[in-house]
Amino acid sequence: MLLAKSQRWRDPAWPGRVTGAVVFLLVLLPAGYLTEFNPGIFFDATSLRVSKQFLATFFPPAHSLAFMQLLGRSAWKTVAIATSGMVLALALAIPLSLLTNRTLSISRLGVGTMGVIPAAVRTGLRWVLNLLRSIPELVWALIFVRAVGLGDTAGVMAIALTYAGMVGKVFLEIYESQDTRATEALLANGARRLHAFFYGTLPSCLPELVSYTVYRWECAIRSSVVLGFVGAGGLGQQMELSMRMLAGGEVLSFLLVFVGLVWLADQISQRLRAWID
Amino acid sequence: MDRLMARAGLACGVLAFIIACFMSLSGDWSGLFSREAASRMLELVTSFFPPEADPAFLRKTAYATLETLAISWMGTLLAVIAGLFSALPAAGLWGTVSKSIARMLLNALRAVPELVWAALLVIAAGLGPFPGTLALAAHTTGVLGRLFAEALENAPREPYLALRRHGVGPVAALSYGLLPQITPQLTSYTLYRWENNIRAATVLGVAGAGGLGQLLYYHMGLFHFQETGTILLAMLLLVGLADTCSTWLRTRAMP
Repeated sequence: MLLAKSQRWRDPAWPGRVTGAVVFLLVLLPAGYLTEFNPGIFFDATSLRVSKQFLATFFPPAHSLAFMQLLGRSAWKTVAIATSGMVLALALAIPLSLLTNRTLSISRLGVGTMGVIPAAVRTGLRWVLNLLRSIPELVWALIFVRAVGLGDTAGVMAIALTYAGMVGKVFLEIYESQDTRATEALLANGARRLHAFFYGTLPSCLPELVSYTVYRWECAIRSSVVLGFVGAGGLGQQMELSMRMLAGGEVLSFLLVFVGLVWLADQISQRLRAWID
Repeated sequence: MDRLMARAGLACGVLAFIIACFMSLSGDWSGLFSREAASRMLELVTSFFPPEADPAFLRKTAYATLETLAISWMGTLLAVIAGLFSALPAAGLWGTVSKSIARMLLNALRAVPELVWAALLVIAAGLGPFPGTLALAAHTTGVLGRLFAEALENAPREPYLALRRHGVGPVAALSYGLLPQITPQLTSYTLYRWENNIRAATVLGVAGAGGLGQLLYYHMGLFHFQETGTILLAMLLLVGLADTCSTWLRTRAMP
């Protein structure tokens, strides 16, 4: 074969690659403009000075006795906020997920399609779950900080509402992904809806429900730290104060405790889930 | 029997833990569920309506929405690049020492949430969308780097090694022998993270890092509730859109 050298070495996929690269660059430029992309900003004299001062205070991490006590208290506060929020979220999510469960529809029995009103109620409640879930927990926290003031309550309520939306939706998916014939048979034979749920649906999906709840609790700990940044109590709130005062050592200690806490929650949740399955 | 006892013990422990948690919360709980607090909450929510519809403000909100999208997209892109570069050592391509160092770095990046990164970077770079972008990039690099490294470890090495043995340079061998195998995984992880980052970018602004969050924090701080209503609607729209798009992509475009 006598092929010209340039032809021999040509990448057979080049038209696609070149088009891809051009489109990519065309999208990149406006995005770079919109995000005010400018790494140079870190190296101008003022920000360099501030960063240097701030970084210099990072070591050693703060470790005085009074500070350690504060650290322990706020770490426990974070756990308390996450756990209480999770409990309230369950209290809201379980009834909502039962009410929206299509398997438990009585009007569907025999005919196969739900009545107009029950279908509308279920769709409406699904929208409530969606709405709860779509507003980020941080925004809920901001709203509650306005309504009930700074502190733990705002964080608990923010977690409760957002997680109620998430947990409710996932619980619903778990119920409806199970084999629904047992529940339907119970309903068709005249069992009440709650009885049909407890004897038909719950036994087969309980492990999955519990394991998802434990996993969400772990996520709640992570997010309760972040919620503190808008004044909703716990580690985050203290960390934000230390950052404002540019007390790097304290920030580092808080970060280390936070990472330890998340690691611990992760371990506990893994153990519990392994034990349940 | 033992298992039953263990379960009962665990249940009691969990119950005690929950009670302890509720006890240690400060703040007035009776107040929260009182009629007065409920009416205050209702008043707050109704004050969001009607949302501000002044064209100038709508333009401002639209710009902030675009900025949020740009932050999420730039942050994800930077994270893909950095994640890919750190995944190479983290997958053990260059020996065990660089592997454990890279893994440790990725773990540290991932352990700090986006908002904390944003608060730290705002101190160093000032207010604006740029520190927000970098904050997203930092956290996402940790997440994606680990996922990419796992994908690389699971891909067969033979095509890469064969190219190397025939004298192909390391970069070319990597990009023709190894990366094409993990491209589908790279794409799906990246899209999944992008969706996540759109959500994260809407709230990053609370730490002063640009986008819708910054606008929200500003107007809420000044008790401009109708403006806040508009911004909340924009957030809901953006998150809903991202949700729908990613569901569509996952079910239709990627079987």
